[in-house]
Amino acid sequence: MKLYAKTHEWVQVENGIATLGISEFAAEELGDVTYIEMPALDEKFAAGDIFGSVESVKAASDLFCPIGGSICEINEELEDEPALLNQSAEDQGWICKLEKINESDLSALMSLEEYLAFVRE
Amino acid sequence: MAEELLLTPLYERHLALGGRLVPFAGWNMPVHYSEGILAEHRHCRSAAALFDICHMGEFRLSGAGAAADLDRVMARAVQNQGIGSCRYNFLLNEQGGILDDLIVYRLAEEEFYLVVNAGCRDTDRAWLQKQLSADTVLLDESDTTAKLDLQGPAAAQVLQELGVAAELLPAHFRWNKLSLLGVDLLISRTGYTGELGYELYFEAEMAVKLWDALLQHPSVKPAGLGARDTLRLEMGYPLYGHEMDESINPVELGYAAMLKLDAEREFIGKQALAAKPKKQLVALQLESKRAARPGMALLFQGVQIGQVSSGALAPSLETAVALALVSTEAELPEAASLEIDTGRARLPAKLCQLPFYKKGSLKNKV
Repeated sequence: MKLYAKTHEWVQVENGIATLGISEFAAEELGDVTYIEMPALDEKFAAGDIFGSVESVKAASDLFCPIGGSICEINEELEDEPALLNQSAEDQGWICKLEKINESDLSALMSLEEYLAFVRE
Repeated sequence: MAEELLLTPLYERHLALGGRLVPFAGWNMPVHYSEGILAEHRHCRSAAALFDICHMGEFRLSGAGAAADLDRVMARAVQNQGIGSCRYNFLLNEQGGILDDLIVYRLAEEEFYLVVNAGCRDTDRAWLQKQLSADTVLLDESDTTAKLDLQGPAAAQVLQELGVAAELLPAHFRWNKLSLLGVDLLISRTGYTGELGYELYFEAEMAVKLWDALLQHPSVKPAGLGARDTLRLEMGYPLYGHEMDESINPVELGYAAMLKLDAEREFIGKQALAAKPKKQLVALQLESKRAARPGMALLFQGVQIGQVSSGALAPSLETAVALALVSTEAELPEAASLEIDTGRARLPAKLCQLPFYKKGSLKNKV
């Protein structure tokens, strides 16, 4: 199950590994994505830290880590083809994976229903 | 409370086309439509793009002394401008700072048309009215005038297929009056994209009619202000509020030769232009698609020498480019290697020549 942050990142935890991305809503708002600044492998982040950025033609937006942990994988396909983020933000357009996660951070995040209500406001 | 945004006559059309509207100079304007900035940019470079530019200002000046008045308030000469021509020009303050950049059309011996930036319209009008002699009349026709820009290598072909005779289409930086589908136009071969293209001025009530008719042509697609910005950036055209404001003069911007400062003509701000330039505009080619953004520091040998004024991915080049204003104290060798500080990273950039994009159809024969 995906959980969402107010800063529009999503996280999905399976077997202690968290996959991160940005929401379809956020991708739609950004428009054509042209570049993704990826975190480095083994880099450690706490919840709320900036772990990278997404650039569209018009602007760059920071990415905020929704959960603490250590980077164990980045989506190289996305790094080569940033437009994947526009095509499939919540599936093939995932950004990176974290291990050694702080699962208690998840309680601060929203369900899809809560997130959609939040962006509609 | 935020001031209410102004809407062009094409607002409903923008919504129907999936336009994403953003505030720009007090107007609610489309930044892109459903296909996105990159596709709109490429369509303009390969076929023809239609832009709603109704937000810009249009002034009509007339009177026996109008030419002499304009000669005194414009950085480039107006008196010697031929009837039928358009000339890019600047309004300067007493210190030489740029109040606005604009195009002056000479409509007749004693009649001129000025096309000004939307965000400068009110201050330009007030400034001009203060400077003009009593018998020169200034009419602000912005609210009753629609402006559409049709830009791209297919632009002339499109107008011909809609019934305009080829010989009526004006040459580069010339204007003409003609009828398009029964609508009377002032049309000039000018634009902000580096492509062959036209700017059309006509009665605001006809905006929807011409917009729809032009979009029905298979070569034409709508484009928003996002593509307008990347298109002008690829040509290195300055944008008011980014490369220009009252803190910079046209000599610093690189227009010294155009101003003919050795001529006898006096104009507001001229004396200040004799001073040694404090800054200069430079063009930067980045290494990747990662863009520099306005306000980022530009470094040479580790020392900040200026800052980025515009930056984005150049869709035609597949790499990012930027314009920056730098101190003239910095002695930069040709093709100098510089760095842009994003706050978290330093992006390598090379000094280069404008335009970034050299294959535009701007000067194509019609």
